[in-house]
Amino acid sequence: MAEVLFFLAGIGAIAGAVGVVALRNPFFSVLALVSHLLSLAALFLLLHAEFVAAAQVVVYAGAVMVLYVFVVAYVGGQDEPLGPRAGSGLRLVSIVFGAVLFVELCAATLGSGLQLIDTNGTAVGPGFGSPAQIGELLLTRFLLPFEVASFLLLIAAVGAVVLARRRGGLTAAEDQARYSAMDVLRPAYTGTTAEGVGGPHRLPAATAAAPAQTTPVEDA
Amino acid sequence: MDIGWYLAVSALIFTIGAAGVLTRRSPLVILLCLELMLNAANLALIAFARMHGDPDGQIFAIIVMVVAACEVTIGLGIIVAMHRGRLPIDVDELRELQG
Repeated sequence: MAEVLFFLAGIGAIAGAVGVVALRNPFFSVLALVSHLLSLAALFLLLHAEFVAAAQVVVYAGAVMVLYVFVVAYVGGQDEPLGPRAGSGLRLVSIVFGAVLFVELCAATLGSGLQLIDTNGTAVGPGFGSPAQIGELLLTRFLLPFEVASFLLLIAAVGAVVLARRRGGLTAAEDQARYSAMDVLRPAYTGTTAEGVGGPHRLPAATAAAPAQTTPVEDA
Repeated sequence: MDIGWYLAVSALIFTIGAAGVLTRRSPLVILLCLELMLNAANLALIAFARMHGDPDGQIFAIIVMVVAACEVTIGLGIIVAMHRGRLPIDVDELRELQG
């Protein structure tokens, strides 16, 4: 049973990885990576890493991939021609490099002479890899890496906001586009911060006349 | 299953990711291929944790996932900034540093 599940999940993971590299549309590449991550989570479950598998599905395949989908939709996932523009020489070199790397990795791991590598691993108890064990380890032995990781996440969040923020104000077209139905229904001078500071986004009704004038609601 | 099979799958996924980083031109897809390589490393870590019956490798994999999330956040931020600056979303076209 474990063998069948291993081969199903392994083939799924490898097929997903090939799909990420070979599909032309970045959006389909993201979807292939989602299927790859789900197959990998099944492999983690076979290795008794229950908490990591759950985190993989929820955090990775759920949250991080949604970020990717948003950015692909924003940037525009147009098809790109596969391979380098310079010709097929670089592509051939990269495939040869990949093959050499695979052989080297296999030689390094499988030929390492580790005694347990041809076994199922040592016997573990039922609590191995459970959330309780992982949580206890994170808060006792690995407290410092845990705190450093949380600080790293904070730095990354601040960095992403700084990188992706808008430099300069809105353009005239965006300024027009930001009027909504609420601007018509709401009495003048009761609402937004932009009105309060008298910025460039003041309502037409507010700029035309005094504040004591009738509201748009009564006009209607 | 033997632990060696998991390591072989991990090596194959890492290889596919490395070849993708070399061949693809869109920075979005290059980031996805980096994810592939990080996940291959995670699979190897968890396989070794199972081999020794020691959960420390799983903690390592979780920290790798955190670092991968940070890398994705910053990388996608850079891509959005490139898009805002009307730069081409293509690593071959970005040669401001004369690389």
